[in-house]
Amino acid sequence: MKRRTTILTIAIIAIITVSLAYWYYTTATQKLSGTIEIDGSSTVFPITQAVAEEFQKTNPDVRVNVGVSGTGGGFKRFTVGETDISDASRPIKASEAQIAEQNGIEYIEFEVALDGLAVVVNKDNTWVNYMTVQELNMTWRPNSTVYKWSDIRPEWPDQPIILYGPGMDSGTFDYFTEVIVGTVDSIRSTDEWTSSEDDNVLVQGVAGDSEALGYFGYAYYKENIDKLKIVPIDSGSGPVTPSDETVNSGQYTPLSRPLFIYVNKESLARVEVKAFVRFYMENALQLVAEVGYTPLPSSVYQENLSKL
Amino acid sequence: MKSKSRAKAKKTTRKIKEKIIERLLFASATVSVITTLAILGVLLFEAIGFFRQVSIIEFFTGTKWTPLIQPQHFGVIPLIWGTILVTTIALGVAAPVGLGSAIFLSEYAPDKLRRIVKPVLELLAGVPTVVYGYFALTFITPFLKQNVFLEMIVFNALSAGLVMGIMIIPMISSLSEDAMLAVPQSFREGAYALGARKHEVALRVVIPSALSGIVASFILAISRAIGETMIVSIAGGSTARLTLNPLESIQTMTAYIAQISLGEAPFGSLEYRTIFSVGLTLFLMTLAVNLFGQWVAKRYWKRY
Repeated sequence: MKRRTTILTIAIIAIITVSLAYWYYTTATQKLSGTIEIDGSSTVFPITQAVAEEFQKTNPDVRVNVGVSGTGGGFKRFTVGETDISDASRPIKASEAQIAEQNGIEYIEFEVALDGLAVVVNKDNTWVNYMTVQELNMTWRPNSTVYKWSDIRPEWPDQPIILYGPGMDSGTFDYFTEVIVGTVDSIRSTDEWTSSEDDNVLVQGVAGDSEALGYFGYAYYKENIDKLKIVPIDSGSGPVTPSDETVNSGQYTPLSRPLFIYVNKESLARVEVKAFVRFYMENALQLVAEVGYTPLPSSVYQENLSKL
Repeated sequence: MKSKSRAKAKKTTRKIKEKIIERLLFASATVSVITTLAILGVLLFEAIGFFRQVSIIEFFTGTKWTPLIQPQHFGVIPLIWGTILVTTIALGVAAPVGLGSAIFLSEYAPDKLRRIVKPVLELLAGVPTVVYGYFALTFITPFLKQNVFLEMIVFNALSAGLVMGIMIIPMISSLSEDAMLAVPQSFREGAYALGARKHEVALRVVIPSALSGIVASFILAISRAIGETMIVSIAGGSTARLTLNPLESIQTMTAYIAQISLGEAPFGSLEYRTIFSVGLTLFLMTLAVNLFGQWVAKRYWKRY
């Protein structure tokens, strides 16, 4: 009888000790946990994904899910409270902001990087050395009469031009149509070009067809630099090739644009979300460059941190 | 007496058990009927909402499909044509190869060979369609572009159709072979007795006798091809156009539905409702093919 009670007492003490130690360990080291939902632009995706990967290395109990529904698709979910953070390759539209307000969603906008929109042609394309904004407008606007390369410039080949571009849900699409065609979401008939929200599909298309012309985020060009040929753009002061310098300085115009993330204020109240956004701004300078986009001056990231 | 009432009680419980099992089995049979009716109901409901805003005539006779940009056009013919084009190419591959394999396996192959070849053919049906899609895009298309069709576009109907054909070969070969094996041996023996050669027996005795089963296999393969989404989404393109050139990009009804469903069309909008109008068209097309197949099978069915 005495033996049994002794064993029992030791067992109870052991259990209590282990539990205390575990509780102390978890609370003292403040391990973050939870799930962060992010969705939106396929252009911003590589940056957010890189941040998420690094963040999850030091915070393995936090799950960060990053989707690629396109800027528009991301906002559709964000403004009804489905996601914590929305990736966007353009500022939020007034109509989207209104929906957020209707649903009681408050948010903070953070500029995270600069992106040049790269216009690309196939590696075997020998005739394009640069293109003007007017030529791009002529090719992509509604009711365009450009069906062959020679329709753009008579000295170019009399071959059909094969067009690739982001789909209608893409922020890249919104931005390109705004600055090249002149009106947002205004473009030539969809049965005359191939659309996809997945920029990798566009890379595949342009890399495969020698008569192809396409456009997407500069980072996707950098990643596939061996398969594609970049087209310098002339907006009136001579052809400019996109690069970190020309995008940052604004020389590569009009196809330089800021990239954003929008964070739900209510989500920001959660410890893990705040830590993630803080981590984002603290490491953006390095990770944005690693991914292939143009980082903003560090002062901008400092300012973002102060908004938290 | 006690044992008599006991026996009667046992009989009643057995009867009740039978009834319960019968009811359960009936319920499982009705599940599929109810599901089909429910799907049809949803399609019709939303499609009616669609046709309140777009005229049925424009939908079924228009040749331009641009619902996502201004100006909007809602002519579904390019999508139907995309489906037909890819399905025809697929059949062009699967019919000869499938039927040929079936004839070989049922009339010519020794039993050992048949036991190896038949399961290998069935493996083709087990490959995930997404894998087929990427196979078409990353292997078939570059191969054809470099060696045969230099003006082929990366996303085109031919590659998608060819790979889809490969996918449906087992459907045709398996079912046709079963139909041919059901033909009584006496038919063949009679033909041999009359001096027929082996290929004459196969083509002029066995196949006509097995025709109903062979046609049924074709109909099944066609239905499968019409409804295939992944291969055409990955390798076929997203350009809804009316073209006879299989080297160009097209869009099938299924690929369009996938594109819209994955996008940002607001719930309840006209763009959203195109999912259901195109879906209804797809449903009706598959229904027509199946009904036709049933009619043909009935007409040519011979009982042995």
